[in-house]
Amino acid sequence: MNPAYPDTFLFAIFPYVALAVCAIESLRRYYAQPFTYSSLSSQFLENQYHFWGIVPFHFGLMAVLAGHLAAFFVPRTLLLWNSVPARLYLLEATGFIFALLALIGLTNLIVRRITEPALRVVTTPMDWVVLALLAGQISLGAYIALFRPWGSSWFAASLTPYLWSLLKLSPDLSYVATMPLTVKLHITGAFALAGLLPFTRLVHLLVMPLPYLWRRPQVVRWTGPRRIQGASL
Amino acid sequence: MDVRSQISMVFHLDKCIGCHTCSIACKNIWTDRGGTEYMWWNNVETKPGTGYPTRWEDQESYRGGWEVKDGELRLKSMSKARSLTDLFHHPSQPALDEYYEPWTYDYQNLFNAPEGDDQPTARPVSMVTGRHTEIKAGPNWDDDLGGSPVYAANDPNFSNLNDEQRAQLFAVERLAMFYFPRICNHCLNPGCVAACPSGALHKRGEDGIVLLDQTRCRGWRACVPACPYKKTFYNWKTGKSEKCILCFPRVETGQAPACFHSCVGRIRYLGVLLYDADKLELTASLPDEELIEAHRDMILDPNDPAVIAAARRNGIHDSVMESARKSPVYQFVKVWKIALPPHIEYRTLPMLFYVPPLSPVLSSKSEGVIKNETETLFHEVDNARAPLAYLARLFGAGHAAKVRYALKKELAVRLHRRALEVGDLDRAAADRALLEADCTAQEAEAIYKLTALCTFDDRFVIPPSHREMAIEMLEDPQERKQAAGFGFLAGPRRGA
Repeated sequence: MNPAYPDTFLFAIFPYVALAVCAIESLRRYYAQPFTYSSLSSQFLENQYHFWGIVPFHFGLMAVLAGHLAAFFVPRTLLLWNSVPARLYLLEATGFIFALLALIGLTNLIVRRITEPALRVVTTPMDWVVLALLAGQISLGAYIALFRPWGSSWFAASLTPYLWSLLKLSPDLSYVATMPLTVKLHITGAFALAGLLPFTRLVHLLVMPLPYLWRRPQVVRWTGPRRIQGASL
Repeated sequence: MDVRSQISMVFHLDKCIGCHTCSIACKNIWTDRGGTEYMWWNNVETKPGTGYPTRWEDQESYRGGWEVKDGELRLKSMSKARSLTDLFHHPSQPALDEYYEPWTYDYQNLFNAPEGDDQPTARPVSMVTGRHTEIKAGPNWDDDLGGSPVYAANDPNFSNLNDEQRAQLFAVERLAMFYFPRICNHCLNPGCVAACPSGALHKRGEDGIVLLDQTRCRGWRACVPACPYKKTFYNWKTGKSEKCILCFPRVETGQAPACFHSCVGRIRYLGVLLYDADKLELTASLPDEELIEAHRDMILDPNDPAVIAAARRNGIHDSVMESARKSPVYQFVKVWKIALPPHIEYRTLPMLFYVPPLSPVLSSKSEGVIKNETETLFHEVDNARAPLAYLARLFGAGHAAKVRYALKKELAVRLHRRALEVGDLDRAAADRALLEADCTAQEAEAIYKLTALCTFDDRFVIPPSHREMAIEMLEDPQERKQAAGFGFLAGPRRGA
């Protein structure tokens, strides 16, 4: 099979470019400009609608992402689960609900940013790019979930092998070539977001404070000789 | 015994005149940048009053500090599990409105306004949006009891005062108020540090100053609700939190922090306290009424040979020990026991102590002549204008005993000096007051001297920071040669 030129670029070259940019620029920014790594929360300036935007958006998106990761890492388990129709419907419905939740949250966040004068002061052009990309990506995802159903199965069967082939540095485009346009757009959008990530506020995703879960409550830093002995509270 | 050294503070409320010079000194040095206009690392509140941010002492809504639940000490604001979900939206985080919207005035309009029938005005302009704004509140909106029925009446500390006591506090000609200057308490068990998901907030091992690492902060904002004193602030412009740094660049070079240095009433004292870090968790978990005593027990005697030996084992420099022996804070807190921690029931073990105010002399005016009614010239502590129950809420975790002890001693010192200087008071009465206050004439003299005649060097005994022994001095200075280039210092600019 001889995939068309745009496909070769979008699914065999662009993913590598995007991921490389993501990795290199994230690290560079982390070490060269550590001050710029922040969630840039705006809860302080507007505390009422914030909840109805940020919470559904994050929980919705995290659940949907977890679904994608499950299909990527344990496709067999997923296909096995889906072998019973009732379980397939349940999974698909759950995924769609969380996508909707994310979409509603994002819409609220966008409206809030437009209508609150204080928020416009802290909104950069890049923020709008991110919001637009996310809105497009999540809408596409929700559309696919609704009109190209049983994605949890065909993702695991067709896209997981493609993603793994990318990872093994021998991209196999036969899997994506036959995909509908919406799915192709969704894949490209995902890599575009990854490539843009280090230039946006999305870097807060890379510094999720998981170590807090097992850290001791108090933190003491020694500037003097005590530090050499490795003593800390 | 794990001896640590802590730079600690005493504010003598009887001397505070509420001039706000401290606040201005701090603001001009540290918080005149974009995004920090609303922050007052040092602020002066009128008590009774709601304070800044409004009703900060109401931990039912702000959920600051610690609580003991099922025998375990835990943050009131969140559990470890909630820490991840609260990253998105903190239910108890104060927003800008809880502080106030900072503003300036459109002064240019006074010069540029076109000719017209009306006098041009300088309208207020928001320092957040840059638009014209209506001023609804300020950092000190209820100064000197301004708007008392609206503001002071909402003081959370009134909860255990009965109606009569409240009415008494607001009766005309019996009004009582005092000033309550506040900075970060640089606590031993700071809630902000324990809540920080990124580990940006930390306590300096050498001097106990609590700092917020700006490059590690990710703007998760957990510190803001977790601090019961609301002394960590979110910079909405940079997306990082900030707090009082106790002017560590000044302290390290032997200068008093700006708010201390500029204090007109000379109410502020600064010095080293040694404490036993092993007792920390146990102390913070005790019942409310035992907290003050236990907190005081954590503080160690710098003259005790066992403490000196343990301090040496912990690498505390002899010069720091010398400072600890001269520390005015040690005298007020541990020896005289007249300086008390604010709201110790929040269990962060604050290291800023307050000498509670003896409220105005109890007297009444009749036909233009001020009459003294009490036998001892000044009022009795229990009949003070500001009810003891109110002060007990602020400085005694709701229990009056420790506050009464401090006030009685302060009063005894006054009587003692009155008998000595003016002589219109019976010596025997003064001695009786001293005895009742658990105070000797010698101690009274010492308190008087450090309260009234203190010089700059008496008030600020700043320990040497020994930066020459800091880690960067132990590294080979050649190590980074030709490796780090000239270096480019990046300004604190917000990320994309």
